[in-house]
Amino acid sequence: MSREAVLRVFRGTAEGGAMVEYRVPVAPGMVVLDALHYIQGHLAPDLAVRWNCKAGRCGSCSAEVNGRPKLTCKTRMDALPPDEPVSVAPMRTFPVIRDLVTDVSWNYEVNRRIPPFTPRPGTDWKMSQADVDRVQEFRRCIECFLCQDVCHVLRDHGKKAQFGGPRFFVRIAGLEMHPLDSVSRTGLLKEELGIGYCNITKCCTDVCPEDIRITDNAIIPLKERVVDDYYDPIARFLKRMRGTRS
Amino acid sequence: MSASSAEKYETHEHDVLIIGAGGAGLRAAIEALSRGASVGVVCKSLLGKAHTVMAEGGIAAAMANVDAADDWRAHFRDTMKGGKFLNDWRMAQIHAQESPERVRELEQWGALFDRTPDGDILQRAFGGHSFKRLCHVGDRTGLEMIRTLQDRGVQMGFDVYMECAVTRLLKDGDRVCGAFGYWREQGRFVVFKAKSVVIATGGIGKAWRITSNSWEYTGDGMALAYDAGAELQDMEFVQFHPTGMVWPPGVQGILVTEAVRGEGGVLRNRLGERFMERYDAKQMELSTRDVVARAIYTEVREGRGTEHGGAYLDISHKPAEYVKRKLPGMYHQFRELADVDITKGPMEVGPTCHYMMGGVRVDAETAAATVPGLFAAGEAAAGLHGANRLGGNSLSDLLVFGRRAGAAAAEHADRAAPASVDPGQLETAAGEMLVGFERPAGESPYALHRDLESTMEQYVGIFRNEADLTRGLEKLGELTGRAEGIRVEGSRLFNPGWHLARDLKSMLVVSEAVARSALARKESRGAHSRTDHPKSDPDWGRRNIVVKRGAGGMELAERPVPQPPAELQALLTEAT
Repeated sequence: MSREAVLRVFRGTAEGGAMVEYRVPVAPGMVVLDALHYIQGHLAPDLAVRWNCKAGRCGSCSAEVNGRPKLTCKTRMDALPPDEPVSVAPMRTFPVIRDLVTDVSWNYEVNRRIPPFTPRPGTDWKMSQADVDRVQEFRRCIECFLCQDVCHVLRDHGKKAQFGGPRFFVRIAGLEMHPLDSVSRTGLLKEELGIGYCNITKCCTDVCPEDIRITDNAIIPLKERVVDDYYDPIARFLKRMRGTRS
Repeated sequence: MSASSAEKYETHEHDVLIIGAGGAGLRAAIEALSRGASVGVVCKSLLGKAHTVMAEGGIAAAMANVDAADDWRAHFRDTMKGGKFLNDWRMAQIHAQESPERVRELEQWGALFDRTPDGDILQRAFGGHSFKRLCHVGDRTGLEMIRTLQDRGVQMGFDVYMECAVTRLLKDGDRVCGAFGYWREQGRFVVFKAKSVVIATGGIGKAWRITSNSWEYTGDGMALAYDAGAELQDMEFVQFHPTGMVWPPGVQGILVTEAVRGEGGVLRNRLGERFMERYDAKQMELSTRDVVARAIYTEVREGRGTEHGGAYLDISHKPAEYVKRKLPGMYHQFRELADVDITKGPMEVGPTCHYMMGGVRVDAETAAATVPGLFAAGEAAAGLHGANRLGGNSLSDLLVFGRRAGAAAAEHADRAAPASVDPGQLETAAGEMLVGFERPAGESPYALHRDLESTMEQYVGIFRNEADLTRGLEKLGELTGRAEGIRVEGSRLFNPGWHLARDLKSMLVVSEAVARSALARKESRGAHSRTDHPKSDPDWGRRNIVVKRGAGGMELAERPVPQPPAELQALLTEAT
């Protein structure tokens, strides 16, 4: 195991910092998070990294590897160009706390504004797998916030005050399409979470480690619901008559 | 609390303080909130990242949606049998009776389980369960559970202190009345005043080298309770999950869900033999975890292991689409981390440290610890699982006893008189956190952690004996001494080295409790296998070992295993 990799890791705070170079021995199947742990364990004990499960299930270890939003626990070193340094930087859309750790608290604030699952009164709780399937896709989300990081509305235009971001469109899609839910969230989507700002470039779908088809399966159907409810009075009337949504 | 200390440290006050935001902590919080208590939840990570997200296979609850003959009695019997009858029978009864309602509750809060053709919650087979009993969502049941509880709690309005670690429980006389900790982000100290404190911090898996557990699993709650004078129980019973990944090196220990076997996966050795025939011909791959883990370990030790020292686990005889739908996480995990397509070929698996059956000794009805004002639930508590836990009983444990702990903590808070903390406690707590920065030279906490992991792996592993355990305890003594000389580099701003230095203290205390209890129990039972005492001893089957802090260090004692009433005893007699 003689090969060494060179990592350039951001070290610093909100006030500023620099990319610092570390040399790390490479083992078979090694992922970027393993390399970061090696740095912590042998070279820089105070390197700040968020991580938990190291198995792609908790969504804690998000960072930008060679400029791409990635879970570091699922990014294999052997999938990166071997002869070039690997750069590891914090997610750019969120303020840096220290090194690779960013302040993602804004996401928790958005989440709090979403009306919870509200079952139809008198339901017998029977649901078919086919109806559940499409919602289970949304519920796979591990809240790594890579979709938020890559979304240009947040990343380049900084519209955190006007826009909820793909993560929360996925969450709302999971509630709106729940077979037994009885509340409409189209008003919230249109007025507060600014779903209209999304121009479906699908960057979020590209980076999702859970392969959720965010744009096609969540955002576009939600946009259609907003259109139905706000710009298509006939559709709205018919829906009300059928009693499918309140 | 005096005015000066309240000024000196950021202070928060709640009726109920919950330490840990996994399934047990969140369920406790929801219950305490619904009873009108003000609730604070402190967690080391971000909300929603707790180790519960790693639970894959399902929640055990006798709902009888798939197997109509299932009922709580059968679940009770399976749990006691799996725990080798060292369980607290009353906890096992409560758990079996209440888990179906706890699962239905999750569904009412928005969880979406896989469905039967009739539209009910689907249930799958699992090791040691005599019926198809595990309510599940593919192989990501824990994520579904934590997201549901998290959203419910947020809507109900609990205060969450994220990325905040507790280092000491505060006491007023005998009674626990709060906690001292630090914000991971800024390193500032924080004081929580509370009338009741619930420990829901999970297990101790990070003390072993090969583990399925995350960095958070450092036994904090058990160590905090021990320091506060509470009893720990059954600490010798550490579950090694039979199937962790073994290759490549970086992923060693990552969990491969038992659902692979529940869905029909078979285990083979290098020679292609279905070796479980030799260890449990009746239940085969779906034998209990202690048996399967020992079987794989033995196959490898006797030279029949795979290239990388494991066994083959194969589900590729099932249709590829079925495997991808029922085990999507496993499919991706192996494809991305090990270059293996599990729909086409076998996985390599081996035992990995997974779960702690022991923990804080609690009252079955209320989850109260042996110190007033303190409660514990989930993996941090002992009793339900006895000598070995069945898969799926952990998530139901979190729900059933999380709820009971929250209820009892809220009720206790209602009755509790105001408490006061002498400021000296706070100064001691702050001082011990800062001393590592002041040393001009000293050891790295990472080096010490690596040595602890090797020690536990080598001397306090799956198979144990007196010589190893004695040597392990000597080593732990040395490591505890070395921990006094750790030097912390850098500042208090989000400094993982500093955090690990504190976590090591908890790991060392709990590891010592495990090794001492394991040395004391001179028999083999469930997850505790002594090569020098290979048989179960009925006399030991009537005793739980408890650990307590004494004047001169750790003290061990025995408590009689509570005996079930005649009608439940009759159910168990049928089982043997």
